[in-house]
Amino acid sequence: MKNIVKIDNLTKKFGDFTALDGVNLELKKGEILGFIGPNGAGKTTTIRCLLGILQATKGTVTAFEKDAWKNAVEIHEKIVYVPGDVNLWDNLTGGEVIDLFIKLQGSKNKKKKEELIKRFDFDPSKKCGTYSKGNRQKVALIAAFASDAELYILDEPTSGLDPLMGLVFKECVLDLKKQGKTVLLSSHILSEVEELCNNISIIRNGKIIETGTLDELRHLKRTRVKIETKDHIKDLKIKNIHDIEQNGNIIEFTVDSSELAKAISSLDKYEITNLVCVPPSLEELFMTHYKGGEG
Amino acid sequence: MLFKNSFNLAKLYLRREWKSSLVWLVLLISLTVYVAVIFPNLYGEPADRAGMAETLQNPAMVAMIGPAYATGEDYTAGVMFVQMMFLFTTIAVAVMNIFLVVRHTRKDEEVGRIEVIRSLPVGKLANLAGTLLLCVVVNTILALVIGFGIYAMQIENMDLAGSLVYGATLGASGILFGSIAAFFSQTCSTSRGAVSFSLMVLGIMYLLRAVGDVSISVLSYVSPLGLIMKTEPYYNNFWWPVLVILGLAVVISIKAFYLNSIRDLGAGLIPAKRGRREASKCLQSPMGLSLRLLKGTLITWLIVLLVFGVSYGAVFGDIETFLDGSEMMQQIFLSNDQFTISEQFMSFLMVIMSVVTTVPVLMIMLKIRTEEKKGRLEAIYAKRISRSKVLFNYLFISIVSSVLFVNASVFGLWSAQYAVMAEPIAYQTILIAGMSFLPAMWVLLGFAVLLIGLAPKITKLVWAALGLFFFLVYMGAMLDLPEWLINSTPFSSIPQYPVETFTWTPLLILTGIAAALITIGFIGYKKRDISSQ
Repeated sequence: MKNIVKIDNLTKKFGDFTALDGVNLELKKGEILGFIGPNGAGKTTTIRCLLGILQATKGTVTAFEKDAWKNAVEIHEKIVYVPGDVNLWDNLTGGEVIDLFIKLQGSKNKKKKEELIKRFDFDPSKKCGTYSKGNRQKVALIAAFASDAELYILDEPTSGLDPLMGLVFKECVLDLKKQGKTVLLSSHILSEVEELCNNISIIRNGKIIETGTLDELRHLKRTRVKIETKDHIKDLKIKNIHDIEQNGNIIEFTVDSSELAKAISSLDKYEITNLVCVPPSLEELFMTHYKGGEG
Repeated sequence: MLFKNSFNLAKLYLRREWKSSLVWLVLLISLTVYVAVIFPNLYGEPADRAGMAETLQNPAMVAMIGPAYATGEDYTAGVMFVQMMFLFTTIAVAVMNIFLVVRHTRKDEEVGRIEVIRSLPVGKLANLAGTLLLCVVVNTILALVIGFGIYAMQIENMDLAGSLVYGATLGASGILFGSIAAFFSQTCSTSRGAVSFSLMVLGIMYLLRAVGDVSISVLSYVSPLGLIMKTEPYYNNFWWPVLVILGLAVVISIKAFYLNSIRDLGAGLIPAKRGRREASKCLQSPMGLSLRLLKGTLITWLIVLLVFGVSYGAVFGDIETFLDGSEMMQQIFLSNDQFTISEQFMSFLMVIMSVVTTVPVLMIMLKIRTEEKKGRLEAIYAKRISRSKVLFNYLFISIVSSVLFVNASVFGLWSAQYAVMAEPIAYQTILIAGMSFLPAMWVLLGFAVLLIGLAPKITKLVWAALGLFFFLVYMGAMLDLPEWLINSTPFSSIPQYPVETFTWTPLLILTGIAAALITIGFIGYKKRDISSQ
């Protein structure tokens, strides 16, 4: 399938500080990519380079097979962007800004806009200066979802929304998914990423450290196993298991997914009465990556 | 409890502030002391002073810089120094204090810093108290250093008593304008509003005293900017105006404290109105957005410049009356008998007016940088809108408004002098005189575009350039600065029509320079990162 976005060896320096150090990222048509990483890892900088607002120090950034810096204006016809920090004009109303954004993007769909205003339970007649963070995000989200684009870049778009509105947001993204749109979603909200994204890229210290589907990433991590046996386990000699805790006939350990079958079968002789396997939770997955530990 | 931790906040503000305050103080103090030192050399001889005194007592000059409160023998170098420097130094001090106070009150509130501070065990009024404390400290330093500084130079006719009154009046005025800014920081819900209203009050006070000094003398006592001259440094050394100014500052501060105590954090006193649910057709384009954002600035400055023109136009009548009574002045000014004194005065006035008119033009152009800094341009550039287009929009609005602004002041000037003069100056003459300064304004506009494109972090430099040009044009001749230096500004390169012959060459050259600066700025702007830093 065609690449909508291709970021190749992107390096961005601000003076001496290297914000991005050889970032690679690809987005195929119809893909929803979860872009995650700790604060200050370089998510927003990557997105700004993709938008042609920042110029790459090294490497190439292309969207729709065009250079993101040189052809920014053309590319933006097909892009909708929701910034993490929504800065608006205090003396314009939310409704005015929504109309302005939709118009500047080049779309026009009044019905869709009205429907979204209702779904997000938003009052567009107030001045932006009086909106809370969540309401400012609603302005950007309504404008984005009411616009017709191919690539949606959403930078921590729900950090100020309440859970109910978070749900509306998810529905909207799933709508996009159905229509075959491409989405780059930077987020810290794990359930959101889990539910919406096909693929995940994890960035830390300006480098992409992991890319793949959620399942692929899970395979990289160990499964937690809790086994209760009829006979007391003596002399435990199983290869490749870790974090062992034994308490009478109950034993707990973690094991690499690839070694799971072997581990279980070697315990078979003690007559297993109860077996619980817990795949690594997203939290665990993220924590190990965020902390940079070996897991 | 209301003031808990005020002192600690003042220390915090001082730490954040000391650099920019230091720059202001050093500039103000060194300029004052420098002029004080060179003054006796320029006007040491009584004959030199007498000549200059006649010029400075011309109502047009009085309207601009303030009255001479002593005549003849008593018009010493000290008195003359005060007349020439006092008003403009006070205005500079006022501007410094307005920005200082708004920066730490409404501005900090706007960006949410006060919210964090207020969540700590800090008194409700501590922010305002800390800011005003800082303001008092800065102005006290200013007052003392200027007072003792001038005295330390041991200049004839500039004694300690007079120098101290001079410095103290500047300091007191600074505190007064700090308190005015504190007041508007409570009533307005944005820092821009607070600064605009404070500056507007400053402008009104200036105009009131102009009228007061020339005709209705009670107005000079009503306006603090008129009152400062009533201290009469190096002559009578009256202290009562200083006390009146300080008293007024205290009253306004108390009012500001009261307003601060009764309002909610983040709110002004004027509740936010509801607006339109949908954007009008006019708003839905980059140009429409820019215009909408600049609407307030445009309208306000059109009115300000119209009033500015009218005020000076109104003085023209007095010039003629004054001339009738002074044979010597007639000789000085009518040396050039081709032109009336009004025309000669107008030529000079136009230089000053064009410098003032450049201020809003630059403000409009620099708005694009403000938008970038606030992180709002990012949302625009994420759309299918090119940078050149947005930059061009702001440039276009700046150029069109420069023409509009000049026309506003020209029209104000013309209509007022038409009403008061027996032989008014023709509209066309004033229009040409005013419009011919446009290329000089565009050079500064070009410099602003250049900075926006190449050095966005130091766009403020354009204000320094404008300030320098104003100083050279306004004070250069009086301070006997070298001719080439005075003539190096774009404003002095323009022929002062009608006294000087109108020629296209300098205008075209300046326009060319402006175009070149703009072109470089555009190229730079396309190539650089957009960032809120």
